[in-house]
Amino acid sequence: MAVEQAKSGRFIDNLGKVYALYTLGFLAFFALMAILERMGMGAQAIGIGFLLFTIGIYAVIGWLSRTAEVDAYYVAGREVPALYNGMATAADWMSGASFVALAGGVYFGGYPYLGFIVGWTGGYVLVNSLLAPYLRKFGCYTVPDFIGTRYGGNTARLCAVIVLVVASFTYVTAQIDATGTIAAQTLGIPFELGVWLGLTGIFICSMLGGMRGVTWTQVAQYIVLIIAYLVPIIWMSNKQGFGIIPHFSYGDAIGRIAELEAMYGLAPAAEAIPGVSVLTTPQNEPTGKGWAMVSLAICMMAGTASLPHILMRYFTTPSVRSARRSVGWSLTFIFLLYFSAPALATLTKLQLLDPNLATSIIGKSFEEVANLEWIKHWSSVGMLAVADQNGDGILQLNEFFMRPDIVVLATPEIAGLPYVISGLVAAGGLAAAMSTADGLLLAIANALSHDLYYKIIDPKADTARRLIVARILLLFIGAAGAVVASLKLTGILGAVAWAFDFACSGLFFPLVLGVWWKRANTAGAIAGMIGGFVAGSWYLYMVYNGLMEPWWGIDHLRFGIIGMPVSLVCMVVVSLLTPAPSKEIQDMVDEVRIPSGKPILASHH
Amino acid sequence: MSSTDAGARERHWEKTRNLNTLVMILWVIFAIIIPWMAGPLNSITFLGFPLGYYMCVQGSLIAFVAIIWIQNFRQDQIDDEFGVDE
Repeated sequence: MAVEQAKSGRFIDNLGKVYALYTLGFLAFFALMAILERMGMGAQAIGIGFLLFTIGIYAVIGWLSRTAEVDAYYVAGREVPALYNGMATAADWMSGASFVALAGGVYFGGYPYLGFIVGWTGGYVLVNSLLAPYLRKFGCYTVPDFIGTRYGGNTARLCAVIVLVVASFTYVTAQIDATGTIAAQTLGIPFELGVWLGLTGIFICSMLGGMRGVTWTQVAQYIVLIIAYLVPIIWMSNKQGFGIIPHFSYGDAIGRIAELEAMYGLAPAAEAIPGVSVLTTPQNEPTGKGWAMVSLAICMMAGTASLPHILMRYFTTPSVRSARRSVGWSLTFIFLLYFSAPALATLTKLQLLDPNLATSIIGKSFEEVANLEWIKHWSSVGMLAVADQNGDGILQLNEFFMRPDIVVLATPEIAGLPYVISGLVAAGGLAAAMSTADGLLLAIANALSHDLYYKIIDPKADTARRLIVARILLLFIGAAGAVVASLKLTGILGAVAWAFDFACSGLFFPLVLGVWWKRANTAGAIAGMIGGFVAGSWYLYMVYNGLMEPWWGIDHLRFGIIGMPVSLVCMVVVSLLTPAPSKEIQDMVDEVRIPSGKPILASHH
Repeated sequence: MSSTDAGARERHWEKTRNLNTLVMILWVIFAIIIPWMAGPLNSITFLGFPLGYYMCVQGSLIAFVAIIWIQNFRQDQIDDEFGVDE
């Protein structure tokens, strides 16, 4: 053990060097692939090369981070520096939904979908000021650990475990779905096989090292995913004359798209094709849609502050101050991708629509478009379709069908970039989906092994047994996630939005009031968790199945708007009707509010 | 001043709470009010963008990053002042 600690100490001291070398290595690999493409290496081989190279590296990191200690397994030994925890959180955070589906959402959904952009960044202001530093001071291993200790009693702990499992499991199926889609696409294998292959990669990162393995692979995955997201945008921007960094100069494109949309007309398709859609929502038309945008943003923000796989990342820093600082780094790194996604959506749309650009397809002859290489490629897998429905021989805007999820993946081909960029983007998407799936699976397995098994079922279990249980649970939950993912119940973005809604309905107020309202007690917290979660789930069920008209335009993506107020009211009313928490608990809350002193829960609790 | 001094703790928490209230107000402005007002704001042009659109895709995001770093800087000062840093 001493040897292992000395080794990990050296690793921590050399993080900068290790990851700088890794980044250079990845760039060198990218350059090598680009040269091989010039020399005539096929697209398929390049794709396989990218996936195998990156997964191979993650596997090596996972193996080197293996551990048999509880602290290392649950909270990476609480020694992750703020900067690296920021990167790991960013990878943990940016899922297949952010990487693969977000730009597509902006492309097809227009202004209301900007709620995802604002929501998935603004939530960190809540995390930073309301929760992260206080939960770090608490010293818990998992989020239900906080609920269980602050409110006391196994019922509160169990409620938190249930909400956590439902929210995270919904989320993880979407990630495994994304992993499978990318693996299947790139390797040319069936989707079901891709799902299981992706899952194997996910296990390699998380099984042996728990939180420690996941942390160091997530840092590596962040580096891959941010390079993979920015390179195509910058490349495309230079081709279109928007300068080296398009982010501050694509304003004109917004106006140009509005002109083009008016010119072509945003009519629905004459005949819908299942699974793919035509563009019907204008890029920038906010009038009268403020509520749709803001209600989505509120759910995403509160969900950010309640999703356990994010909160638990802040348990891994050495101190309260570094937990806060790492929230700052997290959002800085996340910001890099989120302020790029709308730029990508805009530039891609311009590529397709603007007749002055060589890549445009709308308004061209149908014959010519249907024979384009990328159209054939993506049509063959059912993710895109062109159909001359009005029979005029010209492709109209409402005759071009696309699955929103593929906008990012297909962009390099649309823009006519070399295939090596597509391989890079596939590796980035895989990194994004895998890193989030790791974090989520670990959050679920840890809650079940620590809170359900160790704290409730068998408090006498020894370390070895606890860690074996944790790993077995990880295997089963991952497998269950893969089975559900292969059923393809909803799109990626939809499933992710649900996860946020579940989390904020059940957990947001019990967590926040646990720190900010001393009077909150056990009965109130239980009422808040059950009330919010049940109300939100009921509303989702009714609206999604069309049993009821949505209230005030709150559709199934935004059911947290129903769950959260119910949760708040239940929690406050029940707390006030029942006796105040004991002096002990109130002192504990006081203690949480200052950074100094010992954590509330001892190490190895 | 020791961190067990009840009066000092009280004042530390009061300052922390005030800082948080300010942050929450800024959060409401940038995360809710401005995005909601995107329509009217779009009549203003900023860096070539319609301002409402710009705020939703960049402006508010930049504000969030700045809010977090500045809040943390200020919170560190408060912790140091009352001697409750680690």
